[in-house]
Amino acid sequence: MTAKLSLRMVRKRFDDHEVCKGIDLDVAEGEMVCLIGASGSGKSTLLRCMNLLEPIDDGEIWLDGKDISEPGLDPQPVRQQIGIVFQSYNLFPHMTAAENVMLAPRRVHGLSREDLRPKVTQLFTRFGLGDRMEHYPDQLSGGQQQRVAIIRALAMEPQIMLFDEITSALDPELVGEVLDVLRDLRKQGMTMVLATHEMGFARELANKVCFLDAGRILEQGPPEVLFSQPREPRTKAFLSRVL
Amino acid sequence: MEETSLQKDSVEHSAATPTRREVYEAEVRRRSNRIALISVVSVTLAIFVLVPLAPGWEAVQRSFFNGRVFAETFPGLLEAFLMNVMIFAWSAPLIAITGLVIALCRDTRAPALFPLRLFGIAYTDIFRGLPVVLVIYIIGFGVPGLGLPRPWNSPYIWGTLALVLVYSAYVAEVIRSGIDSIHQSQRSAAASLGLSDQDTMRYVVLPQAIRNVVPANMNLFIALQKDVALLSFIGPVEIFRQAGVYKSLYANFTPYVGAALIFLALTIPATRYADYLMNKQNRART
Ligand SMILES: Nc1ncnc2c1ncn2[C@@H]1O[C@H](COP(=O)(O)OP(=O)(O)OP(=O)(O)O)[C@@H](O)[C@H]1O
Ligand SMILES: [Mg+2]
Repeated sequence: MTAKLSLRMVRKRFDDHEVCKGIDLDVAEGEMVCLIGASGSGKSTLLRCMNLLEPIDDGEIWLDGKDISEPGLDPQPVRQQIGIVFQSYNLFPHMTAAENVMLAPRRVHGLSREDLRPKVTQLFTRFGLGDRMEHYPDQLSGGQQQRVAIIRALAMEPQIMLFDEITSALDPELVGEVLDVLRDLRKQGMTMVLATHEMGFARELANKVCFLDAGRILEQGPPEVLFSQPREPRTKAFLSRVL
Repeated sequence: MEETSLQKDSVEHSAATPTRREVYEAEVRRRSNRIALISVVSVTLAIFVLVPLAPGWEAVQRSFFNGRVFAETFPGLLEAFLMNVMIFAWSAPLIAITGLVIALCRDTRAPALFPLRLFGIAYTDIFRGLPVVLVIYIIGFGVPGLGLPRPWNSPYIWGTLALVLVYSAYVAEVIRSGIDSIHQSQRSAAASLGLSDQDTMRYVVLPQAIRNVVPANMNLFIALQKDVALLSFIGPVEIFRQAGVYKSLYANFTPYVGAALIFLALTIPATRYADYLMNKQNRART
């Protein structure tokens, strides 16, 4: 099986602190992979390495059979194919929701607002935000902002979406509406990698769950196996804390 | 949602019968207003009564607060002030643009542009390190001294250029602090969408940065309005110099008081407005 995205012995260090200590991971087309692990285990860093927001120190990252981690390679085309959504939304506060979404397609793909309007409207409507397009981020709830952030990433039509704990800054009653968006994407066959603390959600939808511990994938497997019969004592300890 | 409905409740409530606490706070407010009023009135009275008792008051009044001189020179001062306004009006946009360019120079990261960055650093260091009046002297007397043809030998042009050089260095620093204040996560978000560095700066960072530093820049431009008067040292007959001419003519200092009033009429409202913007922004941030 050739994977859509493959990581081979990926290492990442911040100064003296090695955060990824040789990560191997395969993500097949249409698959949803969940990264779980304690705070500081390196989930966010790993995701940021995948779309080249952080350059890796060693190892390789392959996308569609191409090595995208080659030093000196232009990261921009890669980032257009791998979208990421952050825990803290990171919307541009000086633009309306619609402008947030249209900025990158306009500047990167050279499309006009008129070209984009129908597609963008359709995306907003699909995620229940049809009447919020002209609102500024600070006029939206956390859940709405996070959905706009997802739309913004989707508008670039990426082949892979990365989600970094996108529900953990939300009030509990808003988590559901964002998870519904992920369910929707899952149904559409989007290839996704999630860092998440929503174990129930991971169990429900993931093809594969990886347990990260101190910069290594200590254990990975289908959720029904990993959650009910973890091999490693550290995985057991972590799961007993969060489940 | 919840918050606004809460607020509405309390407003409706106070419209009906005030709570014990509201009654108490209203009483405290009335009392402090009364005290403030009394103290302002007594201080003002004291000044008006005591100052004229000073032995030199007669002389001071004659030479600084002379009604006749004031009435005769004020229109001329106002006219001269137009020169200040003009110098301000064409240097302010130049300062804004130069300041922005210098700030962007200092922020370049590409190694090929390192000379630009160096230039930006040297520029801001030098012009912030010199007294304005010194730069005005050096450039305003120095450059026309090269024997350039008219109108390029005008101290008016070169003096204004000196103001532009100095003030754009300050504006550049303010804009740069604005750029630094934009959180790294905004750049990350832009990069993750595939935006280039230039587009990230232009569409994501700069608009927010400039908005954040509007009050700080307004304070700089208020200072500029005052410093235009420094050009009087090298030639242009603006209000300060005109006041000096009147002073000699009437052998009286009242024209300076008139000039001061004209400056205040402009700078006080502008300062209040800048403070208002600053407070508003601070409130929005917390
Ligand atoms: N830019 C950075 N500079 C230095 N150290 C960093 C940087 N980013 C992350 N780290 C460090 O790397 C380690 C892993 O951080 P990371 O954010 O990837 O963890 P995480 O698994 O996502 O944790 P959480 O669940 O809290 O989000 C932490 O110890 C963190 O302090
Ligand atoms: Mg994280």
